[in-house]
Amino acid sequence: MTTTEIIDTVEHAASTPEHAQPYRELGLKDDEYQRIRDILGRRPTDAELAMYSVMWSEHCSYKSSKVHLAYFGKTTTDEMRAKMLAGIGENAGVVDIGDGWAVTFKVESHNHPSYVEPYQGAATGVGGIVRDIMAMGARPIAVVDPLRFGPADAPDTRRVLHGVVAGVGGYGNCLGLPNIGGELVFDASYAGNPLLNAGCIGALRVEDLHLAHASGTGNKVILFGARTGLDGIGGVSVLASDTFSGDESGGGRKKLPSVQVGDPFTEKVLIECCLELYREGIVVGIQDLGGAGLSCATSELASAGDGGMHVWLDRVPLRATGMTPAEVLSSESQERMMAVVKPSDVDAFMRVCRKWDVLATEVGEVTDGERLIITWHDQVVVDVPPRTVAHEGPVYHRPIERPADQDALQANGPEALPRPATAEDLRALLLRMVSSPNLASKRWVTEQYDRYVRGNTVLAQPSDSGMVRVDEQTNRGVALATDCNGRFCKLDPYQGAQLALAEAYRNIAATGATPLAVTDCLNFGSPEDPAVMWQFEQAIKGLADGCAQLGIPVTGGNVSFYNQTGSTAILPTPVVGVLGVIDDVTRRIPTGFGTEPGETLLLLGDTRDEFGGSEWAHVEHGHLGGRPPQVDLERERLLAEVLVAGSRDGMLSAAHDLSDGGLAQAIVESCLIGETGARVVLPEGVDPFVQLFSESAGRVVVAVPRSEELRFTEMCTARELPWTRIGVVDKESTELEIQGVATYALTELREAWEGALPALFD
Amino acid sequence: MTARIGVITFPGTLDDHDAARAVDRAGGESVALWHADADLKGVDAVVVPGGFSYGDYLRAGAIARFAPVMTEVVAAAEKGLPVLGICNGFQILCEAGLLPGVLIRNKGLHFVCRDQWLKVENTSSAWTSRFDQGAEILIPLKSGEGCYVADQHVLDELEGEGRVAFRYVGGNPNGALNDIAGITSANGRVVGLMPHPEHAIDALTGPSDDGLGLFLSALDTLVAA
Repeated sequence: MTTTEIIDTVEHAASTPEHAQPYRELGLKDDEYQRIRDILGRRPTDAELAMYSVMWSEHCSYKSSKVHLAYFGKTTTDEMRAKMLAGIGENAGVVDIGDGWAVTFKVESHNHPSYVEPYQGAATGVGGIVRDIMAMGARPIAVVDPLRFGPADAPDTRRVLHGVVAGVGGYGNCLGLPNIGGELVFDASYAGNPLLNAGCIGALRVEDLHLAHASGTGNKVILFGARTGLDGIGGVSVLASDTFSGDESGGGRKKLPSVQVGDPFTEKVLIECCLELYREGIVVGIQDLGGAGLSCATSELASAGDGGMHVWLDRVPLRATGMTPAEVLSSESQERMMAVVKPSDVDAFMRVCRKWDVLATEVGEVTDGERLIITWHDQVVVDVPPRTVAHEGPVYHRPIERPADQDALQANGPEALPRPATAEDLRALLLRMVSSPNLASKRWVTEQYDRYVRGNTVLAQPSDSGMVRVDEQTNRGVALATDCNGRFCKLDPYQGAQLALAEAYRNIAATGATPLAVTDCLNFGSPEDPAVMWQFEQAIKGLADGCAQLGIPVTGGNVSFYNQTGSTAILPTPVVGVLGVIDDVTRRIPTGFGTEPGETLLLLGDTRDEFGGSEWAHVEHGHLGGRPPQVDLERERLLAEVLVAGSRDGMLSAAHDLSDGGLAQAIVESCLIGETGARVVLPEGVDPFVQLFSESAGRVVVAVPRSEELRFTEMCTARELPWTRIGVVDKESTELEIQGVATYALTELREAWEGALPALFD
Repeated sequence: MTARIGVITFPGTLDDHDAARAVDRAGGESVALWHADADLKGVDAVVVPGGFSYGDYLRAGAIARFAPVMTEVVAAAEKGLPVLGICNGFQILCEAGLLPGVLIRNKGLHFVCRDQWLKVENTSSAWTSRFDQGAEILIPLKSGEGCYVADQHVLDELEGEGRVAFRYVGGNPNGALNDIAGITSANGRVVGLMPHPEHAIDALTGPSDDGLGLFLSALDTLVAA
């Protein structure tokens, strides 16, 4: 096409009501399309249709999840809200961490793009979450990357994993953000649907919080950052087929891939530019451009303000020729932000942008009407009430049905699975377990990420949680842990979500921080499958009820549906991120044993015979069935209190959460991380297999300096937290001895634990 | 009066904040320098920090060397101004001709971030005088293009004149020739290295505080002068 072709203006649309539009191909249902016509009192223009179709998509409108997400609000009490400065609905949740500091954090998915084009999908996933954090007025200070892939030995996993890890690293490293944690999980259900979840933490002074809105008639709307191109126009693929010729011969262009292409250098400069603009105090409102691009930014900014908005769309700097208004509105080109600025501050705004060589263009103005009006070379192509685009999309009550085979799944417990019979069997089992892909050292991945940049990283992988210093004077800091065991969620999504919450909460406390707030990234199959909706509803209830019990709020989150191959959905994967605060990062608890000359090892919590959904059942028998471990959130809360008190009083020299792989895994990791030997004496009268490999929740192994042992155990006893003495650390030894079971040279364990991923992926 | 040490920020520089912190921690006064200003603000020494200047597009350090501030750095270095290039800064100093050789893609092709043991091989330069000859120090390395290469005659010259400042020990992480992690200029005033001493100034946030030695060395040099 050429620019001389007729533009579908509002006037034209009003006079051609019968003109057929490809709304179905854009993902709109008949009744949704009719609703748009009812709202506008005419048919939408091409540009309006593009806006509504992307903004009413599942991704942007949360149309299937909204009714369920409301449960988070219902279960959040005023007391839980006390430290929340912004919550669900903003770009990211914000919490007050004390000393005048606020922290904003969020985890988002970029699953489908990361399968299609792993490097760029992952890179732009990181870029997107970082801009969300920036839009809150915060400096991004760290990232995390919970990842899930198909079986480690499947050929396609290699392709996806290499690309995703390189993309997360390539973008994050170049942005100068330390990567402090994440997850790496392999399961067959993710083979056609890898999960790339990316999280970011940002810090700001409480008074600098910027919420996205466009108030003040006459204020200018400025688009800044990268130019707008044809990349990432996925939602309008069909409009595209109308207007793109599909090949070069038609006078058009080739369709560009629907996965966006990232430029971390531009984003780094954009970060510094934004922070300088915030310091100058010349930003009234700000919004990042992510999914749905300008459609989203203009309609959200306008509907959050107190007036309307006029946008001159032809002023948007483009990097392709002949783009239509609909394409400009739908483009998901990366590294762009939109700000609302007082007219008197525009010169100062432009000066800062010039300093950083950031392209900035005044594209619009806040008006006193109530409409979002977009013109293209003086012709009106959009004239809509912005709330109907951004917030008043369709809401579905999807059918929900407990899967027919759920009972059979739960009845098929792990009890009948053969267990190791002899000490020799146990010895070999431990080595197989620590070298299995989900339990092996993640170093092959994490070594590709910069964890040092900015000089505030206090703990990073393989620690239980990542921790960064926020204030260099007071040493106040924050910790973030993300967790989810999808197998537990499959067996019981309510309990599985609570176990994910419990594990992340415990991981925060195990580093000495106090859990403060929660974010989630809910990865599920198709919402059109009633069984998936049941999993989703159950997981939300479990998570929300769990948060209410623990007294920490969910401040935001993300939903990713349609993660399935054919009719097979992924394991339900509600990734839970818990943020903790620590008043003095110098009292952090490390994961490795041996920081003090003499240490006693104590196991806190109760161990039960619990193997449903365990790593052992998965690795040894490829079995998934039965019930997940019990969850006791009161116990988790008590355990966290004891850990934080122990850290505060200097009674703990190391701590490590027990989860996947149980006690055996935790001890092996803490010995190898601390480069020290240890002697473990399991309690008498219990099955060593259960002691070593059970995945009962609510447990942590701690190393306590001899001088503190009595004081610490008395505190546990007084608070009724069960504890068991299970051994000693031996700095002189190069062996891990588990009495009555086996003795391992640390070199043997290290080879098993650290050698597995390089053997698979180098 | 304490020494004033400039830290340059290019678009895409990442470790400028860390380098300034290290200068201050060592007892110096850090001074921010801007890539577009042909002005060294009268500083006594300069640190060219790590990052991805100009995105490292084209080739690491290749664009940064043309920045107005670098013209000043090159001129001042030729008169003896102490200059330290860390990681991307090392790459920039090589591109600018202040140090010989070049940094290419790591042998394993991956970005590598790890705590790396280095052996101090030269203790007479402006940035290494605080160390003992042969001392082993633990410093973070984090780079994708950290493999040092040079023509054989350049390597022979560096080795012959004792200008290899730091060598990797306990495994070569990136394929650098002769295990070279850092080198000095012929007059010992300019030092470049791939590992990041500014990330090893405090056991709280780094693997050691060994990195402080470079900054303390510079302050010694400047006080003595």
